[in-house]
Amino acid sequence: MRTTPLTEWHRLHGAKMTEFGGYWMPLEYGSGIMGEHHQVRRDVGMFDVSHMGEFWVTGSEAGTFLDYLVTNQPSALEVGQALYTPMCDEDGGTRDDLLIYRVEPDRYLMVVNAANRAVDWEWALSHAKKWRGVALSDHSDDTALIAVQGPRAAETLSQLTPVDLAALAYYHVASGPVLGYPALIARTGYTGEDGFELFLAAYDALPVWERLAEMGVSPVGLGARDTLRLEAAMPLYGHELSPTITPLEAGLGYFVKWNKPDFVGRSRLFEQKRAGVGRKLVGLEVEGGIARAGHEVLNLEEQVVGQVTSGTMSPTLGRPIALALVASPYAGLGQTLKIRVRQRLLSATVVQRPFYRRSR
Amino acid sequence: MNVPEDLQYTVEHEWINADGRVGITDYAQDALGDVVFVELPEIGREVEAGEAVGAIESVKSVSDLYSPAAGRVVRVNQELQDHPEWVNQDPYGAGWIFELEEVVPGPLLSAHEYLKHLEGE
Repeated sequence: MRTTPLTEWHRLHGAKMTEFGGYWMPLEYGSGIMGEHHQVRRDVGMFDVSHMGEFWVTGSEAGTFLDYLVTNQPSALEVGQALYTPMCDEDGGTRDDLLIYRVEPDRYLMVVNAANRAVDWEWALSHAKKWRGVALSDHSDDTALIAVQGPRAAETLSQLTPVDLAALAYYHVASGPVLGYPALIARTGYTGEDGFELFLAAYDALPVWERLAEMGVSPVGLGARDTLRLEAAMPLYGHELSPTITPLEAGLGYFVKWNKPDFVGRSRLFEQKRAGVGRKLVGLEVEGGIARAGHEVLNLEEQVVGQVTSGTMSPTLGRPIALALVASPYAGLGQTLKIRVRQRLLSATVVQRPFYRRSR
Repeated sequence: MNVPEDLQYTVEHEWINADGRVGITDYAQDALGDVVFVELPEIGREVEAGEAVGAIESVKSVSDLYSPAAGRVVRVNQELQDHPEWVNQDPYGAGWIFELEEVVPGPLLSAHEYLKHLEGE
């Protein structure tokens, strides 16, 4: 099992540990997932997400190469800006979803899911062979990633860096010292709150993390990371996205750009766009129990029309919520459905996503 | 780990008291994490010892609830619908789950035996 530069800290501080994406990661610390969730919504919390993979893409053709590799359009980013994008197979299935930061004019950072890191690397390398002006390097093992998230994130982090965080807009990135250590500071996250992600050299992660802890920032595990992202209706690879789910089915059409040269998966995705998707990702409010990934979704005649991709009790709303892929005729807002949970049928209603939107 | 002497236990981490009241143990609630939903058995249901009669859902997982004894379900803790967190906060008190009558116990462990069982987990 792989570890991060902070794994030992988590163990020493009473975290329940779990395997995720091949890494030994904290699920929750003593106070429980609900408490950690509320901490991020109301105040500030920090996450060790060093399991994520970091690839640098450099060279005069880096932008056009990435435009070909992913569905969004990284070459259109300003320097210091970031985007979210799916990355597809030729058949339009989703290989991964990732963030791309344009750090310098010809230098981009791809941040990929831990579980896909090895296959993503091979995939990117195999395509890069056709491009002369592109160099790839995998810095996953020597990069640590700490997310500081919550309404007090900016106030907290500003005490550790001279970088003007007020001037750093959402989905933008700046480089500068954090506690004196060189870092990339990105205003991105996976919680639905304001917040930052700090890319640090692996050996600088522990002092930064410990200083944040001394400042009273609570550590938050993967359990609350999941409930936070689910309330914000952000997809989790392996649940809402997979090789058999296209970005269009997952409701990510905004992140597929048609007005750019050919990209991997374009023709199949375009076909699907023209014909219309047969199933759609929907948000569900559930009554009388908790729907979980894999549970069947039924129409009122009790025929199977889809499947739950993620579900939990929403700590913020106090109600069970779920994301599900359902046949398009059943995807309209207000549609009533049923979910089979063990021997029972729960009632569910299609609602607007996200389930939670922060006030600004 | 809180294991009261006056209760009996199952290897599935339920407890039962002399009045047929049933709940899950301190160890079980801690292992589950924050309990967010309890699927209660129906009142009047005749159950066998070891039968799955409900479920306890935490944020991350779901765990079947097994009856420690045969009998008839005569009461359920409806308050858990609004306060599932009581299972975490007070697993041997306010977090009780259901009550049986005409109890015929299944294989049960004393507090001492249950503690030994926990050491083996």
